[in-house]
Amino acid sequence: MEIVMAISIGGIYAMAVYLMLRRSLVKVILGVMLFGQGVNLLIFASAGMTRDHAAVIPGNAETVIGPSADPLPQALVLTAIVIGFGVVAFTLALVHKTQQAMQTDDVDKMKEDDG
Amino acid sequence: MTVMISLPVLIPLIAAGLMLLTPSRLAQRIINTIATFAHLCVGAWLLWYVMEHGIQAVQMGNWPAPFGISFVADTLSASMVLITGFMGFLVGLFALSDIDKEHEHFGFYPLYQILIMGVTGAFLTGDLFNMFVWFEVMLMASFVLLALGGRRAQLEGSVKYLVLNFLSSGLFLTAIGILYAEVGTLNIAAIGRLVAESERSLSIMTVAMLLLVSFGLKAAVFPLFSWLPASYHTPPVTVSAIFAGLLTKVGVYALIRVFTVIFTADVAFTHGLILVISILTMITGVLGAAAHFEIRRILSFHIVSQIGYMTLGLGLFTAPALAAATFYILHHIIVKTNLFLISGTIRHIKGSEELKKIGGLYKMYPWLALLFLIPAMSLGGVPPLSGFFAKFTLVREAMGIGAYISVGVALLVGVLTLYSMTKIWAEAFWKPDPDEEREKEVKRIPVMMWVPIAVMAAATLCIGFYPEWLLTIANRAGEELMDPSRYIQAVLEPRQ
Repeated sequence: MEIVMAISIGGIYAMAVYLMLRRSLVKVILGVMLFGQGVNLLIFASAGMTRDHAAVIPGNAETVIGPSADPLPQALVLTAIVIGFGVVAFTLALVHKTQQAMQTDDVDKMKEDDG
Repeated sequence: MTVMISLPVLIPLIAAGLMLLTPSRLAQRIINTIATFAHLCVGAWLLWYVMEHGIQAVQMGNWPAPFGISFVADTLSASMVLITGFMGFLVGLFALSDIDKEHEHFGFYPLYQILIMGVTGAFLTGDLFNMFVWFEVMLMASFVLLALGGRRAQLEGSVKYLVLNFLSSGLFLTAIGILYAEVGTLNIAAIGRLVAESERSLSIMTVAMLLLVSFGLKAAVFPLFSWLPASYHTPPVTVSAIFAGLLTKVGVYALIRVFTVIFTADVAFTHGLILVISILTMITGVLGAAAHFEIRRILSFHIVSQIGYMTLGLGLFTAPALAAATFYILHHIIVKTNLFLISGTIRHIKGSEELKKIGGLYKMYPWLALLFLIPAMSLGGVPPLSGFFAKFTLVREAMGIGAYISVGVALLVGVLTLYSMTKIWAEAFWKPDPDEEREKEVKRIPVMMWVPIAVMAAATLCIGFYPEWLLTIANRAGEELMDPSRYIQAVLEPRQ
């Protein structure tokens, strides 16, 4: 299971880097979003991929019963997704505004103009 | 104790919340001034307490150390919190006369408070993932502050800034993921202890390099600095001043923190690499500055070159070198913020920052000229100003170790810095104004512009004439950083 996960994460990173190196701003942003997803998967996989119970303590017990998945990376991923969502939302708004102001989507053609 | 360490984060949070509830511009201005002043006072108290009683650590929600989130104040973080409060207060005053109605209407002051909260949180936290969260808080506020106004240049700068910082955050998270898989905790102190005992150096080294790139991007070291000169000259001066003072230093702080507590196994490689990067950073930054003729662009490139001096202290990796780096950071924040504020005042008077288009400031505004000279000479390292002691302590230590290339580069870059500063002096202050009609007219400079500039210049002079107190603080910080067991012990084995 881990090997599949590792290969897909690596693939996503590679695709993200490829997209980020493109000249079209929209593709750069897509690359950035994909990169965020790859990172989330990596954190998710960081505690190992096992089939276990959820780490929920039953009502009448003091601790978790039996082996269970590590809940911390799941919490971390949740935080990272929320933050990533916020940043991506802002990025899209910014790119929309930039595209309107510059009339171009090509990063190389965006020359500064202090007006 | 808990309250004291959380207050520097809570004050801006409460202030931002209050401001969002009161759309009145006057109320926001008053809350901003009071909150930043309170932040400054708490920062001073925290530093005093840490100097008296040693490293302080608190656990949020009373979860014991490796499980809960720790907040730690050692001498370095406490002094960084204090300087954040100091800059936050003074730049906040400057904002009162610099920020226009439109910016205030779109929430400049709440964003300013959130920015300060993020910076302070990153200085105080003892948990790597929590540090990521504070970084994001700070970045989110800075994205909006940078883009607010929506001029073309601003948008272009913001896009570069945003994409590169997102990349840096992603690398930081990647490092966190690998590190968690390796050691099973994210508490910096606990990681420090586990890594020291760990045998698996390869993946730890991967993490070290990922963090070096991620924090290096935020600190704007060679070759990852290109976003900084592309964006810092575009927003209102208040915004670039607080960015210039604080944001890159958060990256430097994070580098110092992880490369003293966690990654100390292979110093010859990691810190040697940092040393090489520092030298290249100093040179490229100062050469970039020499090629530009707009004040804020020149100053932006000087931020890059000065970051090199700070990481040089980390690269040399001895207690006096880290002390010198601490001294350098504190001195640099004051001086650089002040220079940006002065560039804002020049813009206010002459309507431009292009050196070719302005001139004659010395004739009509001799006091402003004097106030410019103090931080400018200090940046170049002229005695007896604060920059002299910063460079002197660093160079003396490098000399002692025998890092002669670093010594040579540091001194040469100092001279080139002076060249840039005299260029601004000669063009903006001495040369007659190219617009003859404008030369004679005297614009009144608002009090709220004068006061912060004068106070920061006074602080620079004060450090220059009485460097002992700051040297004491810096030496304490250096000793603590070289002996991470004290930090680890304060977090993991709190005295009851």
